[in-house]
Amino acid sequence: MTPERTAGVELPIEAVRPVRPGRWLGAAVALLFLVWLAYTIIVNENLHWDVIVAYLADGRILGGLWVTIQLTVLSMAIGLALGVLAAVMQLSDNPVLRGTSALYTWFFRGTPLLVQLIFWFNIGLVFPTFAIGVPFGGPKLIEWQANAVITPFTAALLGLAINEGAYMAEIVRAGIRSVDPGQREAAESLGMSHRQVLRRVVLPQAMRVIIPPTGNQFISMLKTTSMVSVIAGAELLTVAQRIYLGNFEVIAMLVVASIWYLVLTTIASVGQHFVEKRFERGHVRLSSRVRRNLSPLPSKEPLPSKAPLSPEEPS
Amino acid sequence: MSTPDQPMVRIRSVRKRFGSLEVLKGIDLDVPAGEVVCVVGPSGSGKSTLLRCVNRLESIDSGRIWVNGELMGYAERDGRLHALRPHELSRQRRGIGMVFQRFHLFPHRTAIENVMEGPVTVLGTSAAQARRQAQELLDRVGLADRGHHYPAQLSGGQQQRVAIARSLAMRPSLMLFDEPTSALDPELVQEVLAVMRDLAATGMTMMVVTHEMNFAREVGDQLVFMDDGVIVERGDPREVLAAPRHERLRAFLGQVQ
Repeated sequence: MTPERTAGVELPIEAVRPVRPGRWLGAAVALLFLVWLAYTIIVNENLHWDVIVAYLADGRILGGLWVTIQLTVLSMAIGLALGVLAAVMQLSDNPVLRGTSALYTWFFRGTPLLVQLIFWFNIGLVFPTFAIGVPFGGPKLIEWQANAVITPFTAALLGLAINEGAYMAEIVRAGIRSVDPGQREAAESLGMSHRQVLRRVVLPQAMRVIIPPTGNQFISMLKTTSMVSVIAGAELLTVAQRIYLGNFEVIAMLVVASIWYLVLTTIASVGQHFVEKRFERGHVRLSSRVRRNLSPLPSKEPLPSKAPLSPEEPS
Repeated sequence: MSTPDQPMVRIRSVRKRFGSLEVLKGIDLDVPAGEVVCVVGPSGSGKSTLLRCVNRLESIDSGRIWVNGELMGYAERDGRLHALRPHELSRQRRGIGMVFQRFHLFPHRTAIENVMEGPVTVLGTSAAQARRQAQELLDRVGLADRGHHYPAQLSGGQQQRVAIARSLAMRPSLMLFDEPTSALDPELVQEVLAVMRDLAATGMTMMVVTHEMNFAREVGDQLVFMDDGVIVERGDPREVLAAPRHERLRAFLGQVQ
């Protein structure tokens, strides 16, 4: 047909796709590799699949799983609180607070977590007793023996939480700094105090930046808790190790532990997705779909994205 | 309260420098209660800085600023100035509304929540009462049906009107406008100016940094032209704009009109 005759006529596109042999070849190689990998694992008699299945829901394993979850949630919660505190200190005008915060992150990010865990577990060697009273050698009101207070669990919690706080401090600080300074000025000109500005205006917006890396930290923490096995923390890996020291099923027990770690991290990833959506509130990506559904503007007014400065893209 | 012989804003010999750059070189200005003072001038003339000094978003290096008869930022005791504590400063700012060039609405709150934020957080107003009052204010700026929208879902003009309502929710005795229409597309400027015109008609004392000469001519009681950190010319806007005495103002008007 010539262009002159096609006006007003439907012109469907039924083009033949180009042949792309490379795509098929790549897919075939990858598929072959996966089938081979699955085959060698499934038929491998050294893996003892029956043992793996038998121990997957073993009472001791589930107990260890529960400790892993507790350690992760508690140390992340305490770590987040410490991180917010350290970040706020770091952004204050008080040089002593800034220095204290910097010292904290410097020390705990600068020494290996493994060393910190062993250190906390053996803190009784340095401080045999803990007491509440007047410092610098004054009278004491209450006193505890370190060996009684520092169980593997408390040592693990101390080590993980304090170490995590040092990393969270950087994440929170970046989040706070990402908030447009104009937000602070707008809040201050309403007469808000520093604390109100932080709590009502700055932190809720910083959360949008803080949440994704915090989710990563949480997922990472699920696995980092396995380091606690060096001080026999009774979490998942410790339990798995205890079992294989008895029945010599080393690989099977490690597979059992790995399956549970995968389950936990998968659940956490899904949770992360929903939490991130929650904190996207107000930061609607102005896709055409959203514009149509949420912003029925009269036609004489232009769409929000046309405003020279939208709050999403401060220039 | 301010009385006829005591202006709402009294600025005396105010100097301000950023590092080695002196941006305000001795400013004297009175804003009588109920009047609209428009401050115009080229960018870098110090007009925005002056406005920000009035509610103490910027500190000043010398001089005095009184708002509503109260010295801003300091308390005078035993013949000495004592810098105010943060919460005393916050109390002073409550009575002064500020509207920004780039709106600075809280993006994580809807329009009505933005307007409620000040009364609820600062004044301790109950949420129900603050919501009623916020709805009235949104109505007043012509956005009664936009309360549940987030700022990102509003046009620039609508955002700025919400920002004005947010400031008014604190029942200020003085409103500061820092180039309120400069970030808007041309067709959105008028809707914001209309709200400001209505506000001026209610007798609100306003200091407006602007490039809108028509607004200054029609609404302003006083026009102040600043250049290079000093007030070059001031007076009745109609007279000043019709017959500028200084060459610098003539040149400036030639550029903006």
